[in-house]
Amino acid sequence: MTGTDLTFDVVVVGGGHAGCEAAAAAARCGARTLLLTHKIETIGEMSCNPAIGGVGKGHLVREIDALDGIMARAADAAAIHVKMLNLSKGPAVRGPRAQADRRLYREAVQALLRAQPGLTIVAGGAEGLELDATGALVAITTADGQRIRCGAAIITTGTFLRGEIHVGEKRFPAGRVGDAPAIGLALAFEGLGLPLARLKTGTPPRLDGRTIDWAVLEAQPGDDQPEPLSWLTERITNRQVSCGITATTPETHAIIRANLQSSAVYGGRIQGVGPRYCPSIEDKVVRFAERDRHQIFLEPEGLDDPTVYPNGISTSLSEAVQEQVVASIPGLTKARILRPGYAIEYDHIDPRALTPSLEVRQVPRLFLAGQINGTTGYEEAGAQGLMAGINAARRASSGEPDAIFTRSEAYIGVLVDDLTLQGVSEPYRMLTARAEHRLSLRADNAGLRLTERGIAWGCVGRERGARHRAFAEAVSTALARAASDNATPAALSGFGIAVNQDGRRRSVLEVLSLPGVAMDRVEAAFPWLRELAGPIRTQLEAEALYAPYLRRQEAERRLLEREEKATINAALDFDAVDGLSAEMRQRFNAARPATLGAAGRIQGVTPAALAALAVHLRRDGQRFT
Amino acid sequence: MSMADTIYSLASGAAVGAVAVLRLSGPGSAGAIKLLAGSLPPPRHASLRRLRAADGETLDHALVLWFPGPASYTGEDAAELHLHGGRSVIAGVMEALTAFGLRKAEPGEFTRRAFLHGKMDLTAAEGIADLIAAETAAQRRQALQQADGGLARLYGGWTERLARLLAHQEAAIEFAEDSLPTDLDAKARFGAGKLRMEIEAHLADARRGELLREGLVFAIIGAPNAGKSSLLNALVGREAAIVSARAGTTRDIVEARLDLAGVPVTLSDTAGLREAVDEIEAEGIRRAERRAEEAQLVMTVFAADQMPDAETLRWVRPETLVLVNKCDIKVPCGEISGIPTMAVSARDGTGLEGLRARLAEVALRLTGAGEGSQLTRPRHRAALTEAVALLAEAEAATLPELTAEALRAALLALGRLTGRVGVEEILDIVFRDFCIGK
Ligand SMILES: Cc1cc2nc3c(=O)[nH]c(=O)nc-3n(C[C@H](O)[C@H](O)[C@H](O)COP(=O)(O)OP(=O)(O)OC[C@H]3O[C@@H](n4cnc5c(N)ncnc54)[C@H](O)[C@@H]3O)c2cc1C
Repeated sequence: MTGTDLTFDVVVVGGGHAGCEAAAAAARCGARTLLLTHKIETIGEMSCNPAIGGVGKGHLVREIDALDGIMARAADAAAIHVKMLNLSKGPAVRGPRAQADRRLYREAVQALLRAQPGLTIVAGGAEGLELDATGALVAITTADGQRIRCGAAIITTGTFLRGEIHVGEKRFPAGRVGDAPAIGLALAFEGLGLPLARLKTGTPPRLDGRTIDWAVLEAQPGDDQPEPLSWLTERITNRQVSCGITATTPETHAIIRANLQSSAVYGGRIQGVGPRYCPSIEDKVVRFAERDRHQIFLEPEGLDDPTVYPNGISTSLSEAVQEQVVASIPGLTKARILRPGYAIEYDHIDPRALTPSLEVRQVPRLFLAGQINGTTGYEEAGAQGLMAGINAARRASSGEPDAIFTRSEAYIGVLVDDLTLQGVSEPYRMLTARAEHRLSLRADNAGLRLTERGIAWGCVGRERGARHRAFAEAVSTALARAASDNATPAALSGFGIAVNQDGRRRSVLEVLSLPGVAMDRVEAAFPWLRELAGPIRTQLEAEALYAPYLRRQEAERRLLEREEKATINAALDFDAVDGLSAEMRQRFNAARPATLGAAGRIQGVTPAALAALAVHLRRDGQRFT
Repeated sequence: MSMADTIYSLASGAAVGAVAVLRLSGPGSAGAIKLLAGSLPPPRHASLRRLRAADGETLDHALVLWFPGPASYTGEDAAELHLHGGRSVIAGVMEALTAFGLRKAEPGEFTRRAFLHGKMDLTAAEGIADLIAAETAAQRRQALQQADGGLARLYGGWTERLARLLAHQEAAIEFAEDSLPTDLDAKARFGAGKLRMEIEAHLADARRGELLREGLVFAIIGAPNAGKSSLLNALVGREAAIVSARAGTTRDIVEARLDLAGVPVTLSDTAGLREAVDEIEAEGIRRAERRAEEAQLVMTVFAADQMPDAETLRWVRPETLVLVNKCDIKVPCGEISGIPTMAVSARDGTGLEGLRARLAEVALRLTGAGEGSQLTRPRHRAALTEAVALLAEAEAATLPELTAEALRAALLALGRLTGRVGVEEILDIVFRDFCIGK
């Protein structure tokens, strides 16, 4: 780039999963957007496992899709092994997941971005942030001295902030293997006084699939009828492949125990906290010493790429020890390591420094999204990127950045609320257990919940908008019919549906909610159900199944609404609140909750502290009745 | 923060004894001890020190204990001074503390600070409030148990178990691919059933703890001039009710507190039951009957020299105590409506000893005398009852996410008693108990 200043509405720094969604969303909202990233060819790179979705994560992907994001569409285009997890459980906890061909995924993301009007992509590294006299962001400066003025910027640099890779005793600065870290930006954040902390994560060695003895391994096929992640995908067209299943052996564990010192973590060379749900193999062997085997899924990284991702043996042991570990595993005795596993330590910013629109509280117009906020995972990154993109576009067009979902509306709401209120103590991953409204926040109804909001925010394209409205209409018609159409107990038992012979007519929804009633009997009693399209029927069944619980949750939500409406003045001095202990003051000051409801959700806040705060708000003349 | 946030009070009570314990709490505790004793002793060690006033005058040789927060009773920096118990010593040290800028604690302020700093749960704090308000020995026993965390431990134990059930159920939902045990769903439902039965047994306590905390009401009911008021006075041992020979004197309710074997009992003397002659008396009679309905024990009083009246006879039931007064005038009949009577004389005291013993026995039976950890407040009962219903729902649920939903709601109900259990605690259990991460 050359010396003259560039000007954009929104600048997105980083072309990972957060950055891509952010750039695409800002552009969809009509902002003239620049995506600035180190290398064009690594845009959409999957740094770790080649899969999108899962339980909780799949919910996020469907929500991104409902707002017309790109992740689900790209994953469908790249899918080579698709599975609906938890199929034996209810619809609320079913999670769609697609394993992707990494090259196809990258290409799909890049194609979607290139096709996005209003989006410019430039290769380069951001080095600094420029603020005006009021402390608001006005420009991003690059490594080669370019100054890019903007109405808002989103930083999505993932693990690149002072990243450092560890392989056994070796360590070197890097953003991920093959990429340089971002030092300038880390210094800039430090200069602004933003709270930084260190986290770590790891990845397993990659194997050459041609050297694996597949014949001795159990094969795990995907679903016969792969369900796409995106609403806009008719069906998955790639050839589908199976994964292999193997496991560690007592010999593996003995090798690891004898060589723990070579592990960067156990050798004491890493201080950052790692994610508990992605423990390294050395962690599993030490912490669960009584187990003599740990399962490993061998996931192909591509249709014409021999690379295999052995899911379950993330490690920071030295290369030599990794060779021994792999050779001790059935089916892998002759397997060649293409690239050793490693651990990476990096800085993240305490997300409590952000507002619920992901804007840095003390630097207006600066937004952060993705792993930089202490999360882990593509889906978590993408969801934040999307929201930051919408909000930054609104900010740049001089509006208020208020695209916010509550916890009862979306997993995205849960994610952002958790991050900005609780901060993180380990890399944050989405789980359905985090969502107290789990039964209504389903992967199957993401569009019904969110697309209308997306249309209002301007981030949903015409095609999806039209399809959504037609579907929503059909669902509400079917629901109304299912609530009013009914049959007598005698008629029902004529169809083999056992109910109390109390003479009370049962609606279709009531019949659908009876446990253990076969679907074909219900259809026989109410033949119009047969004509409903699958997705519409899914909605009826889920609503019927969860109806009593949904009613209770709704009542709970209304109870809490009062506290949600008790807003806390942004300028409130928590030190001036009577009766708060030093610890409570510190928690409130770090998170700066915007409402009494948010204050109550902060982990570790005692009922007494909350009462003290409520009293203070009332005395302050704030009413919440 | 200033010295004014630092409080002191005599922890050993107002009575003069050999040793008096003065407690300090607040950010200025360390400073105050340094000024008073020269330096700060090592934490949690009793050290003998010379205490001096601001002008250097020796006040006492005392044991000084220093408890740096948060590991102290209140959670703040705190200290104890074990003084020689003389009035002038205590007064001197208090004066010195006031001179340093500390202030005397308000009643209950130490406890309130402990609660604010998360040092005790709500039930323990309630116990301390009850302890301060306790009137009788059994009430004190019960309050002490609760203040010592008796209920907190019981409910805390249930909460922990419930959290673990939920965590295991969540693990089965969240990490289906992680080769976890296959019986987690069934175990969660079974565990819910076991816990439900334990809580039900705790609830089936005939409200003993609540009754002891609130005190019992024994109502005296009978015809005008059967001698109800004289009986009440004789039992209480003072002139609580106006006694006169004119029928219908007690138009409203006269109540007196009595300590029966450590149980607080309110004796309630009511308007005599008869056809009312005026509106005021009629209202008095209505109130009498209402009070009798609420009472844990009804004593019907008949006069030995009169025929049992129909109004009072209506109140004679198997659980009623049937008294025949004025047995000094006439030998009473031994049975009324098939219930054996107790003969008493409010005038000469005959049978009163036996009556007192009977009442004490009833009081003890109804309250359990404060033994064992019993729930003491309606809010405990409401939360536990709700938890029981939700646990039953968890047992009956047909899908794991519905079991989890009910368990989560039950945990919320218990959380209202002991403090909230958040999702992070649940996840802590998941990752401690299972090897997650394929
Ligand atoms: C080694 C490793 C192991 C992981 N293991 C797991 C796992 O097991 N499970 C899991 O769920 N997740 C895992 N992850 C996390 C997952 O990959 C990330 O959470 C997700 O990719 C984060 O997305 P992001 O957009 O925030 O950042 P990234 O995808 O890391 O993207 C950052 C982008 O920013 C660009 N960039 C950085 N600095 C600059 C700069 N100064 N100027 C311009 N561009 C810049 C980079 O080139 C890159 O394109 C792992 C990540 C790594 C690196």
